[in-house]
Amino acid sequence: MSLKLAQQMLRAPARRRFLKSAGFLSLGFAIPLVDVHSQASAPRLPGDLNQHRRLRAWIRILSAEKAVQLLVGKVELGQGILTAVVQLCADELDVDMARVQVVSGDTDLVPNEGVTAGSFSMPNCATAVRQASAEVRVILLELAAARLGQPAAGLKVADGMIEGSGGAKVSYWDLVLGQALEREANGLAKPKPASEHRYIGRPIGRLDLPAKVLGQPVFVQELRPAGMVFGQVVRPPTYGASLQALDAAPIERMPGVIKVIRNGSFLGVVARREAQAQAAAQAMAQACRWKVPERLPGTQAMPAWLESTKPDRVIETHKKPRSNGAAVVRTVGASYYRPYQMHASIGTSAALATLGVDGVLRVQTHSQSVFETRAAIAKMLGMTLDKVRLQHVQGSGCYGHNMADDAAADAALLAVAVPGMPVRLQYSREQEHLWEPYGSAMVMKPQASLDAQGNIQDWKMTLWSTPHGTRPNSEPGNLLPALYLEKPFAQPKPQNGGAPNFAADRNAVALYDFPGQEVLTNFIAEMPLRVSSTRGLGAYANVFAIESFMDELAHQVQADPVEYRLRHMKDERARDAITRAAAAFGWSSWRKTAGRGRGIAFAKYKNIAGYCAVALEVEVNRSNGRIRVLRAVASADSGHIVNPDGVSNQIEGGLIQSLSWTLKEEVQMNSTQVLSSDWTSYPILTFSEVPPVEVVLIDRPGMPFLGTGEASQGPTGAALANAVFDAIGVRLRQLPLTPDRVLQALKG
Amino acid sequence: MIRFKLNGQNVQSDASPQEPLLHILANDLQMNGQKFGCGKAQCGACAVLMNGDPVRSCVVPLAAADGRSITTLSGLSEGGKPSRLQQAFIDEQAAQCGYCTSGMIIQAQALLDRNPKPTDAQVRSALDGNLCRCGAHNRIVRAVLRASKGA
Repeated sequence: MSLKLAQQMLRAPARRRFLKSAGFLSLGFAIPLVDVHSQASAPRLPGDLNQHRRLRAWIRILSAEKAVQLLVGKVELGQGILTAVVQLCADELDVDMARVQVVSGDTDLVPNEGVTAGSFSMPNCATAVRQASAEVRVILLELAAARLGQPAAGLKVADGMIEGSGGAKVSYWDLVLGQALEREANGLAKPKPASEHRYIGRPIGRLDLPAKVLGQPVFVQELRPAGMVFGQVVRPPTYGASLQALDAAPIERMPGVIKVIRNGSFLGVVARREAQAQAAAQAMAQACRWKVPERLPGTQAMPAWLESTKPDRVIETHKKPRSNGAAVVRTVGASYYRPYQMHASIGTSAALATLGVDGVLRVQTHSQSVFETRAAIAKMLGMTLDKVRLQHVQGSGCYGHNMADDAAADAALLAVAVPGMPVRLQYSREQEHLWEPYGSAMVMKPQASLDAQGNIQDWKMTLWSTPHGTRPNSEPGNLLPALYLEKPFAQPKPQNGGAPNFAADRNAVALYDFPGQEVLTNFIAEMPLRVSSTRGLGAYANVFAIESFMDELAHQVQADPVEYRLRHMKDERARDAITRAAAAFGWSSWRKTAGRGRGIAFAKYKNIAGYCAVALEVEVNRSNGRIRVLRAVASADSGHIVNPDGVSNQIEGGLIQSLSWTLKEEVQMNSTQVLSSDWTSYPILTFSEVPPVEVVLIDRPGMPFLGTGEASQGPTGAALANAVFDAIGVRLRQLPLTPDRVLQALKG
Repeated sequence: MIRFKLNGQNVQSDASPQEPLLHILANDLQMNGQKFGCGKAQCGACAVLMNGDPVRSCVVPLAAADGRSITTLSGLSEGGKPSRLQQAFIDEQAAQCGYCTSGMIIQAQALLDRNPKPTDAQVRSALDGNLCRCGAHNRIVRAVLRASKGA
């Protein structure tokens, strides 16, 4: 939700109650508040409109303000989704963008669209908004037609003003809607063709940017309601440690301390000032005695641990036996490794929680999953759902399931101990680095059988991975503090997501048209380090392996890496993405010089979302092992482009983040704890290391929105390793590609 | 009592002189630009100008501000109108999540004050201590260069 709205609601409970009771009014018309799934006879509607079919769940006409209220369950994470949905709404409704007010991620107000993740917001939310807006426009035109006594077909609309023949006019704001928007969408209205778009397809500036550049309050970290106090938690020294002894009395006497909260091994403090809360937390941490288990594999042993641990499930992700009978002349394989890597948000996670006099716990949070996190928090506290409200307020970029939900849960636990006081909590850098759920470590072993022409006949990929999904999912056991309460919640056993999105095996099936292909996933449910969804899940590692191995095969059969890929690829859009990236890079005119190399790689994210190919050039210093990326080119086909600058920003940002993962990032651990506790022990890419990036957009007007946020990471990692091979003739299969690993590889 | 100038206005604080300046600015004086990122001067999200020099307000104690002049992000704009550098960040759409943006603009402003016509490499070098996780680096560099090229 917008911060402005959040603050208005904090200040004006009367208005909030009105909104809430207005929602309940619709019960009087026998229209359920929670939309039901489509009945057998009802048409399939676009995106999340299918689950939330009532138009008023999405769109309301605010006559007094001459504005449109757009309600969405997806939230702004810095990816620009709220700007894109406003573009769509404004175009389909024929109003200026400035008239569209977005409410997002408020469990009391918006349709439950699940988690904002997986590059699903464009396909599921944006398509729903487009259809709902188009249908509301039809309804408004019908009302206007009746009012003006003219046929709807002859009416024109500009910025909400409807004009008929003979100068007859009526505006959206003058129409009496009554129950018109209470009806369900019917799927009959046709969205506009591209030729009639005013905003869609244009690089509209991000609506949230001016406030961020001018220093206006935007972020949850900037909420400061009257009477706010500060919370801190004390974490155990490592996973699974239990509290043996603590004398809390001296902490309670420290300056400004309002309350010390101790519930099993969960420890927290609430104080008047932020520094007082931090001082008390620090003193408490020093006063604790913990029992610390020793059970981590350690950084170096992690690849072997993955291969030697008995998997919870061996999943046949894909099996297509070959039937062509072609003769195979040789079979080759390789083993690749991706370590644990962090989300590593620049802002540590935070939340503001208040237990109101009405008994409602309000949590302002940058969670990606306000509804499911609400349910998890309610269960953790033994409260009913109607007594817990989550409101999304922007936080630092998260790139997946970071500690946003943990912060919401921690703040909630502290807030219920000090009723009436708004408690704001923000983690220290160490807490965020040490406790966030990392991207899982993985081992990938592709193997290929080649015919006499060097073509791939059989392809087999085997992978080993711990889980990629421990999101709140309405279960308190997925919230970090709930594991340490006196009556702890058990963490539910994580599952691997199946088709079509997959999780550990996301993008493990190569899009190439191999005559035979098989993918086997060793899913290890055990979690030495806490893990969850990190941008792309298994896709980054699997694409790194597939596209590195394709490069190895191309070199083995002395084929050009671009030609070799195209040789095995029928999908026209994939071919287009590869060809255009190669052309923009200048692949065919590139000449090799000493120490330099080029690499290319491709993937279609999840094999169902955006297409992306990356080509880049590196220089490798043989004496110190340093890799410098000189330039990068990415092509992107995300279907019909709503905001070209938004797509470009996501593709380039994903590429740069992936360069950082690929060159530098590995969570370090010993046998008891994580050692990567700050930006020195877990460095990320800096300005001087970022190359120029060119993004080639491939627009597909009229085609479905495919989503963009996770398209470029996989191809970038492989393109980089391929370029390093081209530069020094040595293949690096273990991430990250650090100077030490380069030197070691050069020594052979 | 610590007295200093904040964005041109006289302010005072009776908080403990050892409290981080960041807390005073954010929690007591309601300033929104500078943000907590690491508490160790490693990321730059909390940067503010102290007598024109960029400092990391997460490690600067309140006492160090005594008698000094502090400028935060909102202090760069005049009457709500974006400064040239702020406008350049909007024109170049130089952000994704925007959490690091304040620190970037403050650090870049300090560079432009010393060196009004920096090169691409000088901008990158000046911003090397400011971390961005979204990958908006090149846009940020373009924004600084755009601002340096005049209105």
